[in-house]
Amino acid sequence: MGHEKLGHEGIGARIARKEDRRFITGQGNYTDDIHVKHATYAVFVRSPHAHARIKRIDTARAVAAPGVIGVLTGAELAQDKVGALICGWMVKSTDGSPMKMAPYPPLANEVVRFVGNPLAVVVAETRNQARDAAELVDIDYEVLPAVADAAKAQADDAPQIHAEAPKNTIYQWSLGDKAAMEGAFPRAAHIVDFDLVNNRLVPNAIEPRSATAVYDSAEGHFTLYTTSQNPHLTRLVLSAFVGIAPEHKLRVVAPDVGGGFGSKIFIYPEETVCLWAARRLGVPVRWTADRTESFLSDAHGRDHVTHAEMAFDADHKIVGLRVKTIANLGAYMSTFSSSIPTYLYATLLSGQYDIPAIYAEVDAVYTNTTPVDAYRGAGRPEATYVLERLMEIAARRFGLDPAELRRRNFIRKFPHQTPVIMNYDTGNYEATLDAALEAAHYAQFQQRRDEAKTRGKLRGIGLSCYIEACGLAPSQAAGSIGAGVGLWESAEVRVNPAGTIEILTGCHSHGQGHETTFAQLVAERFGLSIDQVSVVHGDTDKVQFGMGTYGSRSGAVGMSAVSKALDRVAAKAKRIAAHLMEAAESDVELKDGEFSVVGTDKKIAFANVALAAYTAHNLPGGMEPGLKEGAFYDPLNFTFPAGAYVCEVEVDPKSGEVEIIQFTAADDFGVLVNPMIVEGQVHGGIAQGIGQAMLEGCVYDADGQLVTASYIDYTMPRASDLVSFTVSTTQTPCTTNPLGIKGCGEAGAIGSPPAVINAIADALGVELLDMPATPQRVWKAMHSRALPAAAE
Amino acid sequence: MYETTYIRASTLAQAQQLLHDHPEGQLLAGGQTLVSIMKLRLTRPSHVIDIGHLSELDGISVEGSHLILGAGTRHADVATNEQVRGRIPGLAQLAQVIGDPAVRHMGTIGGSIANNDPAADYPAAVLGLRATVHTSHRAIAADDFFTGLFETALQPGEIITRVAFPIPRRSGYAKFPQPASRFALVGVFVAELMDGSVRVAVTGAGSHVFRASGIETALQSSFSVAAAEQVTVSAEDLNSDIHASPEYRAHLIPVFAGRAVAAALQSASG
Repeated sequence: MGHEKLGHEGIGARIARKEDRRFITGQGNYTDDIHVKHATYAVFVRSPHAHARIKRIDTARAVAAPGVIGVLTGAELAQDKVGALICGWMVKSTDGSPMKMAPYPPLANEVVRFVGNPLAVVVAETRNQARDAAELVDIDYEVLPAVADAAKAQADDAPQIHAEAPKNTIYQWSLGDKAAMEGAFPRAAHIVDFDLVNNRLVPNAIEPRSATAVYDSAEGHFTLYTTSQNPHLTRLVLSAFVGIAPEHKLRVVAPDVGGGFGSKIFIYPEETVCLWAARRLGVPVRWTADRTESFLSDAHGRDHVTHAEMAFDADHKIVGLRVKTIANLGAYMSTFSSSIPTYLYATLLSGQYDIPAIYAEVDAVYTNTTPVDAYRGAGRPEATYVLERLMEIAARRFGLDPAELRRRNFIRKFPHQTPVIMNYDTGNYEATLDAALEAAHYAQFQQRRDEAKTRGKLRGIGLSCYIEACGLAPSQAAGSIGAGVGLWESAEVRVNPAGTIEILTGCHSHGQGHETTFAQLVAERFGLSIDQVSVVHGDTDKVQFGMGTYGSRSGAVGMSAVSKALDRVAAKAKRIAAHLMEAAESDVELKDGEFSVVGTDKKIAFANVALAAYTAHNLPGGMEPGLKEGAFYDPLNFTFPAGAYVCEVEVDPKSGEVEIIQFTAADDFGVLVNPMIVEGQVHGGIAQGIGQAMLEGCVYDADGQLVTASYIDYTMPRASDLVSFTVSTTQTPCTTNPLGIKGCGEAGAIGSPPAVINAIADALGVELLDMPATPQRVWKAMHSRALPAAAE
Repeated sequence: MYETTYIRASTLAQAQQLLHDHPEGQLLAGGQTLVSIMKLRLTRPSHVIDIGHLSELDGISVEGSHLILGAGTRHADVATNEQVRGRIPGLAQLAQVIGDPAVRHMGTIGGSIANNDPAADYPAAVLGLRATVHTSHRAIAADDFFTGLFETALQPGEIITRVAFPIPRRSGYAKFPQPASRFALVGVFVAELMDGSVRVAVTGAGSHVFRASGIETALQSSFSVAAAEQVTVSAEDLNSDIHASPEYRAHLIPVFAGRAVAAALQSASG
């Protein structure tokens, strides 16, 4: 493709993604596409029970089956001293006691604690042989009582899941000033309280998790190809905590990854077992989850039960907020599980509002369900749902326009310190709300409602004003609240002798478009074409270290690191250019791929400067050859994207069917690198948010069986469930990173669920309505009150 | 899937012989159920006998007062065929809402009704139109064909060859898809036959397709949306799952009967 003006590829350019060519033409290179010689196939034997004691495992028949190379259980794992998986974020209870983390063995040894809990692995020459043999592993279980529901897990008679955590309680944590909150409530003119459930979700990446593990016995070296959002973190945990191999003997490669949404951040049993089995059995071991395994074993998201109370003064200004949440973490603590319902949830409970007193209490509990961890938004959607349902319900009780109630309470001065840790650097919530309301023709809604009524339809409108915190966070601050890792990012910029550039980043792209956006930063700075830039990521042998991609961090943190490294490259290249052009450095500028001496016609191409750096025939005195710089960037603060969403629906009162008529989003993401990619992120996020609000509900029965274990019962959003979204952006650049970027990857999933539920509740004239608002739920909600008369 | 032996039959007679020789074998037509459950290892046929391509089972034709569909006719062909759309628009409407395009281009009517999934669409048309199911052995009236959950009157070794639908005065189908699977949570086929009798067949709501006699009576006196909607259907014996309680299904049956009537009225006037 010929780019007429290189400047068009810089920051803000709406250009097609470089990586799409390979994805769209089926030439992506995913983990399961990687073939190694003499590979064998692993199939896991999983518990069919939610809770059971393993009395006996007999592998004899499986071992004797055709093609079988080995059958391994938790006993062998323990023999080889493979450690337990860990949760890397220490959360302490209000009383100061540390969270009660029980061991998470990669293969269950004595007790299985959820349906799908792996307890043995069969490795065979073919996948089908391994599956056949897995059915021959004979296990005697003593079935134990199970609990799946978070609200029931702390009951006196609930089954005890881990000895380490009495009453299945992992921690009882709190945040905020309890005394201030308690002082606010008695003085309040109005108190609005509400119970709500944030439904559990299954992540459903298109590409299932996969691993290919290779052990080189001559070098004592492991290679793991795997579906990871953060291969360096995988290596760190497998090395330092699980004890598979020291870091320099373990290479982790995350090639193309087909969607993560958080579920591929974590260090899971299956990948760990493949590595260990490769060494123990002396063969490369491959595993790719089938869809049922994905449902059973990918870390789920959300699953909160909450009681919230909001106190208002006589002018409907919020004076206090009290939130009590029980968070279901599943049967074991996944890698970051502890942080999601605490530091990624309660810290956002101020939303876009000036709330003087907030106090949140969170109990995290074990249940006999699949582990729960971060899923797109991670904590922030749950906080937004609490606040935005409360605001809408309050407005209706007060007889106020929900937009007006929000305006009365918006934060208008920045920086703003909330009572729950966060310090918002900048924002303009009025601007996003105005933009959304105007685009949604909010003022004319009543006419549309009246018209719908003539067709026998109930029309409703709902708002949601969300805030999120991205680019987590200064490492020191994260460390002080229990994070086990730093949250900076690294970058290296390698200029090749002929002037092309390789950007090495510790971020990982699994749909975000880094190969394009990171190159756009180079285009912006150096005026080079993005075709002259390649982005290298996802391989611990190539990139020294990094924290990966999650929490909408790659732009704000990863690109800031690249920016720092580019500054260093530019500075050195400029010195060389000045030297070659015999000019003062201060007179030299870099533009459109050329260094020039200001006010003269002297110029030299960037590529020639690069070549000069490597020939080293004529460099400034004392300068080292080469042109390569690295940088680490540690953010000064979170970034705070925010926005306003408006959803408009029609309900068929006869059937309970809901149709989304219009969905309008106005977001403030700060500086946009590529507006087209940003819009794609918003569209995808809204689709997932609508999925949570109307379609997706992960259901366990009372015995802990996963009822929604396939697409027969778990409803993924389809194109026909959605409308064409109206999206726009306003801009207050982030003040704490060099690029002004806030992040956009999760916003849609955070902001949209309450807008949808508020709209349906408005249509029905009800307050009580839980997600997912399926036709049956809507129908039941309608019949829980007198029906608004819909004209025939 | 478990290992099996695949045999592509070249004639109907050979397929029958193979079924006889391999009592643990199963017929494969469009494979839209069989292949899925084989992949999940829920069934283990010794042999898979492919009849999906047999010309003897192919074809859409009009013979006198009947529309004939070969058992191997794909849903997509029924949905788009001009004879079907002209003679029995309700049948084309039904075929158009089965599964997704991939399913419609592979799945066959014979496979669907032989499987008799309680939430499949086709049984509603077969029963609602009072069709006759022709097999390698005999002809079976629709009222006798669907006998229970995944159960039919078919005997071992018997192969459906074609289905003969009486061309009605008017007919329509309305389906409330189960949100996840898009099978019928409730699907209602309404037909007014040439003799003036009205038949209403409901799929998705019970153990197998059944006739809603209350709605039939109401429509017999007034073939209108309002007449259908006024009927109250009992929730007794209706299916219950996470997507719909028996009460919700009972509520939906007259609502969707009304929509089926609306569709029938519209296609008859169009």
